[in-house]
Amino acid sequence: MLSTIKGRLVVIGALLLLCVWALVPKTGPDGNEVSPINLGLDLQGGMHLAVEVADSSGAMTEQQKADAIDRTLTTIRNRINQFGVREPTIQKAGDQRIIVELAGIENPERAKEIVEKTAFLEFTIVKGSDELRRALPRMDRAIVDSLGPQSVGAPELGGAQGQAGQGRQKGLNEILGGGDTTAGGSDSAAAGSDTAAGGGADTSAADQGGSLRPLSALLLESGAPGEFLVAEQDVPTVRKYLGLPGVNDALPRNTRLAWGADPVGEGGNSFLPLYVLDQQPLVTGDQLADAGPATRDPTYNEPVVPFTMTRQGARMLQRGTSRHVGDQMAILLDGKVQSAPVIKQTLSRRAQIEMGTGSSLQEAQDLALILRAGALPVPIRIVEETTVGPSLGADSIAKGKLAFAIGIVLVVLIMIVYYRVAGFMAVGALCFYVLLVLGGLAGLNATLTLPGIAGLILSVGMAVDANVLIFERVREELGMDKTARTAVEAGFQHAMSAIVDSNLTTLITAAILFQFGTGAIKGFAVTLSIGIIASFFTAVFVTRTLFMVYLEKHRSGEPVSI
Amino acid sequence: MRLFKDASYDFLNNRKRAYVFSALLLLVGIFFLTVHHGLSYGVDFTGGTLMQVKFGKATDVAQVRSAISGLRGGESQIQQLGQSDTYVIRLPVFQSDQQRDVGDELRSALASTFGQDGYTVERTEAVGPKVGNELQRKAIEAILIAFGLTLVYLAFRFEWRFGVAAIIATGHDILITFGFISMFNVDITLATVAAVLTIVGYSLNDTIIVFDRMRENFKGKRKEQYVDTLNRSINETLPRTVLTSGTTLATLFALFIFGGEVIRPFALVLILGIGIGTFSSIFVASPALLEIENWLQRREAAA
Repeated sequence: MLSTIKGRLVVIGALLLLCVWALVPKTGPDGNEVSPINLGLDLQGGMHLAVEVADSSGAMTEQQKADAIDRTLTTIRNRINQFGVREPTIQKAGDQRIIVELAGIENPERAKEIVEKTAFLEFTIVKGSDELRRALPRMDRAIVDSLGPQSVGAPELGGAQGQAGQGRQKGLNEILGGGDTTAGGSDSAAAGSDTAAGGGADTSAADQGGSLRPLSALLLESGAPGEFLVAEQDVPTVRKYLGLPGVNDALPRNTRLAWGADPVGEGGNSFLPLYVLDQQPLVTGDQLADAGPATRDPTYNEPVVPFTMTRQGARMLQRGTSRHVGDQMAILLDGKVQSAPVIKQTLSRRAQIEMGTGSSLQEAQDLALILRAGALPVPIRIVEETTVGPSLGADSIAKGKLAFAIGIVLVVLIMIVYYRVAGFMAVGALCFYVLLVLGGLAGLNATLTLPGIAGLILSVGMAVDANVLIFERVREELGMDKTARTAVEAGFQHAMSAIVDSNLTTLITAAILFQFGTGAIKGFAVTLSIGIIASFFTAVFVTRTLFMVYLEKHRSGEPVSI
Repeated sequence: MRLFKDASYDFLNNRKRAYVFSALLLLVGIFFLTVHHGLSYGVDFTGGTLMQVKFGKATDVAQVRSAISGLRGGESQIQQLGQSDTYVIRLPVFQSDQQRDVGDELRSALASTFGQDGYTVERTEAVGPKVGNELQRKAIEAILIAFGLTLVYLAFRFEWRFGVAAIIATGHDILITFGFISMFNVDITLATVAAVLTIVGYSLNDTIIVFDRMRENFKGKRKEQYVDTLNRSINETLPRTVLTSGTTLATLFALFIFGGEVIRPFALVLILGIGIGTFSSIFVASPALLEIENWLQRREAAA
C-alpha cells in the first residue's frame, strides 16, 4: 500500500483527518467549550503546590511517611472536590510528595489554606493554674541550666518582678473586663488566690538560689483558671523557652501547654493566652460527623462553625464532660486553642468552634469545608508553590501564537525562495507537520506549556532540517547527471542515515528532559519529542509522496525544480 | 537559489584562526563566570520567593524598593521586566523557613505603599531549599546523562574519535553558552537548563550531519588526504548547515521579539547557543577530529 502514490495519499489523508478531528473543540460536561489541547498552568493561570509530610521531630520512618502521604492524598482530594475546582490534578510524585495543580482559580491564598491546614480538632479539659504554677520554678531552672544565666537577662529580685507583674495584671483585668465569658463569676476570688500562690512560688524559687525567673517573669495571670497571658512581644521568647530540652519534662504529669489562636487585649497591650491542658483530649476530630454551615454569632459578631459528632464521639464527649461540669473545655484546632468555654452542662452531639472577631465568614466557611473533608493524618508543609494569574497566561498564549505565526512565515519564505517548487513541497510538509504536532498534543492528552510553545516554535525551524538534508542531496545527485527520478531516489536514500542519527540524538535529549523536568519543562520535552517524530515522518514520508506526485506529472526528462 | 554551490573553502588549514576566536569567546565567558558576576540562580535552584507584580502605571525601582524595604530575611532583588510597569521581586526566603508567609508579607508591604488596587500579582514562585537542592542536582544529572548517552550512541554509530570530537565541540558550546548567560545576566532556571540541553541536542545534531558525510566520504574510492576529505565533507554539507541554522534562528528571533518577556531570556540563550553550535560543528568538531587523527599518526610514526 505504501509503494503506490494512491496508497500513500490515503495514509496522509487519514492522518490529516485524525488530527483535525482531535483538534475540533469539544464541549465539556458543564457545557463549556474545552480547549482541545490541555494548557499548562503557566498558560491558563492557576496554582501548583508540592507538599510533603512535615516531620519536625524527625521521628517518622520512611514507611510511616509513605503511609501518611497516601492518606493525606485522599483527604486533600476530598477537600478540593468540595472546594469545587474544575479538573484538579492531585497526585503523588515519588513516595513522599504530593503535587496539587488547580487551574484557573481566583484566590490562590484561599486554596492554599484549604490544602495546607491540618485541621486536627481536639476537645481537652483545661487544668487549674496551680498545676503550672507549681512547676514553674523547675521550668525556670531548666531554662537557666540550658541557656546559662547570662543569656536569660540580668538577675533581678523576684519580689520586684512579681510586683511589676501584678501591676500589669491589674491593667489587664480592666482591659478584659466583662468580655471574659469563660470564667464566670468566680473571677475575682480566683484571681486573688492566684496572686497569693504566685508570690509563694516566687519566694521558694528565690530561696533555692535561683533568682533568675526567665519564664515565670513573662507569664501573667489572666484571672481565668488554667489560662496565662504572654505579652505579644514576649511570645517568641516564651516559645523558645518552652522548646528547650528539659523544660517540657518539668511540667506536671499529664499536663501540656497550648497557645491560644488569637491575641486578646487592645491597642499596644496585646497578649497571647497560654493554656494549661490535660495531656489527653476527650475526643478528637476524627469523631466529627458533619460541620457547618458557618454563621456569624449575633452577640459577639464572630464567625462560628457548628458541628455534629458521630454517635461514638458524642458518647465520649458526654462521658468526659459529665465529670467536668463547671470546668473549662478547650477546643483546639491544629494545637491552638480556639476557645475555652465553661462546661455548663454535659455536652454530646453538637458544639461549635468560635473563630475570633478577626476572622471572616469566608474563613469560617472554609474551615467547615475542611472539617467535613477530614483532618490530615499528619501536618504537611508546602515545599514548592507557583501561581500564575490568568491575564499573564492569556498574554503568553497570544504572544506565543504571534511568534509561532511569524516564525512559520519566515521559514516558509526562506524555503520557497531557496528551493522553488521543492520549497512548496517542504511548506506543504511543514503545514502537515504543524497539524500533526497539534493533533498529537491533543490526541496524546499532552499539556502545552509556555516552554512547550517555545519548543514548538523551535521545532518548526528544525523540522525543515530533514527536508533540507534531502533536497541538498537531491541537488548533489542531479549534479552528477542523474535523471530526476533516480536523483530523488538516491537523495532520499543517502540523506536517511544523517536524518536518523540527528533525530535520535535530539530524541535522547528530549527523553532526559522529560525524565528530570517538572511541569513546564516536561511540557517542553513532550512538544519537542512529538515535534521530532512528526518531522521525521513528514520529511521521509510526506515530502517523498509529494515528490512522487510531482515526478508523475513531469514524466518526461524535464529538470526537476529544486 | 543556491548558496555555497561547489564551495571549497579550506576550513581546516585555517583552523588556527578559529581556535583564536574560540579561545577569545571562552576567555570572555570564563571572565564573566569567575571574575565578573558569575551565574545568578533563579529561585527554582536557590530556594526563595519570587513575585511578578504589575503596577498599572509607571513606577520606578526606588519606589518598589522602599515599599518592601521593611521585609525581613535577606536582601531582595528587584528587576524591571523590559520597559513595562512590571517588576519581578525576589527574596531569598521561603515561607516555611520561619513559620511565616513571605508572599503575604510582600503583598501587605506593597498594599501599604501602592494601595490594595494599585498592583496585581501576576505570578508567584516559592521554592523550599530542599526542592531547590533537588532540582539543582537533577539539572546537573540531566546534562551529564544527556552527554553520556549521546556519547554511547555516537560510539555505537561512529568510531570513538568522532565521539570524542563531538564531545569536545559540545563542551565548548556549553561553556561559551554559560559565559553568555552570565554576560547577559540571564537567571539559571529550569527553563535555562532546558535551553542548554536543547543547544546540546542541536549542536550534536549539527556535528553528526557533518560527521555522517565524512564517514560516507571515507568509504569512497577517491585517493585524498585525510584533511581534504574533512574539508570536502564540510563544504558539501555547508548549504544544509547554513540553511537549517537560518530557519532555526529565524524562528528563534520571532520568539525573541514577539514571544513576550517571560520567554525572552530563554530565546536569547537559544539564539546564542545555536549560533555557537553551528560554528563549533565546522570550526571545533572537525578540527578536533583532525587533531586526534594527527596525534594518532604521530604516535604511530614514533612507535
